[in-house]
Amino acid sequence: MKRVISLLLEHEPGALARVAGLFTARGYNIESLTVAPTEDPSLARMTIVTTGTDAIIEQITKQLNKLVDVVKLRSLSDGRYLGRELLLVKVEASTADQRNEMQRLVSIFRGRVIDVTDATYTIEMTGHSDKVDAFLLALNDVELIEVVRSGILGIGRGKKILRA
Amino acid sequence: MILSGADIVVNCLKDEGVEYIFGYPGGAALHIYDAIYNQEAVKHILVRHEQGATHAADGYARATGKPGVVLVTSGPGVTNTVTGLATANMDSIPMVVITGQVPSGLIGDDAFQEVDTVGVTRPCVKHNFLVKDVKKIAETIKKAFYIAMSGRPGPVVVDIPKDVTAEKAEYFYPDKIQMRSYQPRTRGHNKMIKKSVELLLGAKKPIIYTGGGAILAEAEAPLTELVDKCGFPSTSTLMGLGAIPATNRNFLGMLGMHGTYEANMAMYHCDVMLAVGARFDDRVTGDLDKFAPNARIIHIDIDPSSIGKNVAVEVPIVGDCKSVLEDMLKVLDGKTDSIDRPAVDDWWKTVESWKAVDSLQYDMDDKLIKPQYVIQKLFEITNGDAFVTSDVGQHQMWAAQYYHFEKPRRWINSGGLGTMGFGLPAAMGVQLGFPDDLVVCITGDASIQMCLQELSTCLQYNLPIKIVNLNNQYMGMVRQWQEFFYDRRYSHSYMDALPDFVKLSESYGHIGIRVDDPKDVEGAIQEAISLKNRLVFIDVMTDPEENVYPMIAAGKGHNEIQLKPCRNEVENRELA
Ligand SMILES: Cc1cc2nc3c(=O)[nH]c(=O)nc-3n(C[C@H](O)[C@H](O)[C@H](O)COP(=O)(O)OP(=O)(O)OC[C@H]3O[C@@H](n4cnc5c(N)ncnc54)[C@H](O)[C@@H]3O)c2cc1C
Ligand SMILES: Cc1ncc(C[n+]2csc(CCOP(=O)(O)OP(=O)(O)O)c2C)c(N)n1
Ligand SMILES: [Mg+2]
Repeated sequence: MKRVISLLLEHEPGALARVAGLFTARGYNIESLTVAPTEDPSLARMTIVTTGTDAIIEQITKQLNKLVDVVKLRSLSDGRYLGRELLLVKVEASTADQRNEMQRLVSIFRGRVIDVTDATYTIEMTGHSDKVDAFLLALNDVELIEVVRSGILGIGRGKKILRA
Repeated sequence: MILSGADIVVNCLKDEGVEYIFGYPGGAALHIYDAIYNQEAVKHILVRHEQGATHAADGYARATGKPGVVLVTSGPGVTNTVTGLATANMDSIPMVVITGQVPSGLIGDDAFQEVDTVGVTRPCVKHNFLVKDVKKIAETIKKAFYIAMSGRPGPVVVDIPKDVTAEKAEYFYPDKIQMRSYQPRTRGHNKMIKKSVELLLGAKKPIIYTGGGAILAEAEAPLTELVDKCGFPSTSTLMGLGAIPATNRNFLGMLGMHGTYEANMAMYHCDVMLAVGARFDDRVTGDLDKFAPNARIIHIDIDPSSIGKNVAVEVPIVGDCKSVLEDMLKVLDGKTDSIDRPAVDDWWKTVESWKAVDSLQYDMDDKLIKPQYVIQKLFEITNGDAFVTSDVGQHQMWAAQYYHFEKPRRWINSGGLGTMGFGLPAAMGVQLGFPDDLVVCITGDASIQMCLQELSTCLQYNLPIKIVNLNNQYMGMVRQWQEFFYDRRYSHSYMDALPDFVKLSESYGHIGIRVDDPKDVEGAIQEAISLKNRLVFIDVMTDPEENVYPMIAAGKGHNEIQLKPCRNEVENRELA
């Protein structure tokens, strides 16, 4: 099963390598991993998407918690949370038909065209991973030149807060 | 006080109360070596190989309970410590290893003797640091000691670029350190402690299974009290030997792959298991599907990730096992009458019948020296009171089986990583920690050659270690597996071209004794011990093809334990 784990870690060089190294050393899956500084510059926030049985996920959270650089951890998918992904996709759009069709799909999925050349459109879209998947599926007949997905960013709903 | 980074390092060690630092110099560490030269508080022990430094610091830590400290240079100095770091990490031994690094400006340039120390050591330490600012040295070293010693202990590396050791800063060594990201828990949860006592009181076939955590926590007193109060059969892993005295009437000896018949059978048939600071290692559990099929398990461990990792647990207790056991004793107070004595007595009868199998019995021979006999004699002559280090192989198992440890921190061996070469340097650390005590290194003809160079260190610092080499002219443990599982194809397990260990010891300035007759074993050990101030290397020529029994083959269950072949009838009867 897919799980989303969110963590706050010391924003130190090497902290990311410790997390990534843990996953490879212990044979855990990483589906996606995102990391960036937070409003407190000494902390970084990471969202990890992984898969495994309950026992494996329990070990993953325990092993992550054990890392000296990890300040706090929450398994978001244990409760209600919001998960969002950013997609950047560059498609072929040289004919009028292609451009019209693209505009139509983009507006249905509430994306935006952020760059245009005479042969391409670059589209930005955010949403739940399912929506990103659905959009890419809808682009079935279009030639995809480049697809960039951010991986999931997660935050708990309502009062579920992860802070140092 | 304004000091150079190098002086700050040395002052930190002094203020931390460090007695010995085990090291080897080189370019990137020279400022620190210069600072060491100018003082006497911290004594530096010059080893002959950085691996020796790490094992010596490790042995010192295991025997004294204080952190072991190492200093090495960058590049090859660091890579040579990797085996020692991994050894300490697997067995949760506290060490602080300070490594010189190339100057900050050269990092990443493939500079001379540069290696990514933090990257290379990361998977085999508890934590590591790169200090880029002289003002951060003291705080980082304090953190390193705190992390190494607290929670589940382990080795910590502090990497310091050469230029940082030359720069100057105000020196201040903090007494205490707080880290928001690291706050190990020591007290056990009350509710869980109550639940565990209830479970123990209701047990009909209980077993107490203790491990290295009981030694690390110095929990021997509450542990033995609990064992005595409950009167439950008790066993220990290789790493926990000595926490419960071997002569305690409730103690069944070691369990696991080469554990006693009674310990393993009791594990298999128990209904309630209390695990204390043990990590359900595969050498202990055997096939997990066949592990203690009827047991309700209580597990005390300071590391939450040890709990439920391999085996599902009914009552998890995260905490320091000394504090948890003390709390358990309080809850248990006045309640031991409610133990189901008739059931436990019946259980003991069954256990006694397993004990009667006498699974550690071995044959005597009047020509060939049996290795078990050597250890038994050593045990008798030393009254079980020596510090015993070992290397890895058959001799290690025989030492664990036939040297009965009455006290904790006396049995010093590499269990988790199984590092050949550990025994001699570890004995140096132990001897430095206990200069007046008898320190014996039980080793094998293959293992001893892996850190042999340290014989020179032993001479320099007058370390009167007694080395007992069980010389079977084989990598015996490897040969045993090849005999059992590879149809006696002894591929590369014969130690051809062995040196003359007696002459070798002599050339290092020590005394060597060769023994090849069973009659001479006792005398040789006594003679070695009487040579109080000298290192003595006893090269004992043992039966080359002796095997370690009992044995649970990898992937088998405790109830599939194999006894010595000539004793198969007993086994078959018992297992029927
Ligand atoms: C050739 C060979 C053969 C071997 N055969 C056997 C065998 O037959 N039987 C056997 O038992 N082993 C054997 N071993 C050793 C085996 O590989 C493991 O090292 C050993 O079983 C682990 O012991 P342990 O469970 O006590 O754990 P340790 O490695 O000692 O771990 C200690 C545990 O205690 C916890 N802990 C630490 N501090 C505290 C504290 N303050 N409070 C509470 N918990 C704490 C830690 O988190 C950890 O979970 C063999 C090794 C070799 C090399
Ligand atoms: C560094 C290292 N390399 C290889 C091994 C695998 N190994 C385990 S026991 C053993 C043989 C040890 O032989 P010896 O020291 O003579 O001891 P014996 O088993 O004969 O008592 C080997 C090679 C190991 N444990 N450590
Ligand atoms: Mg041998």
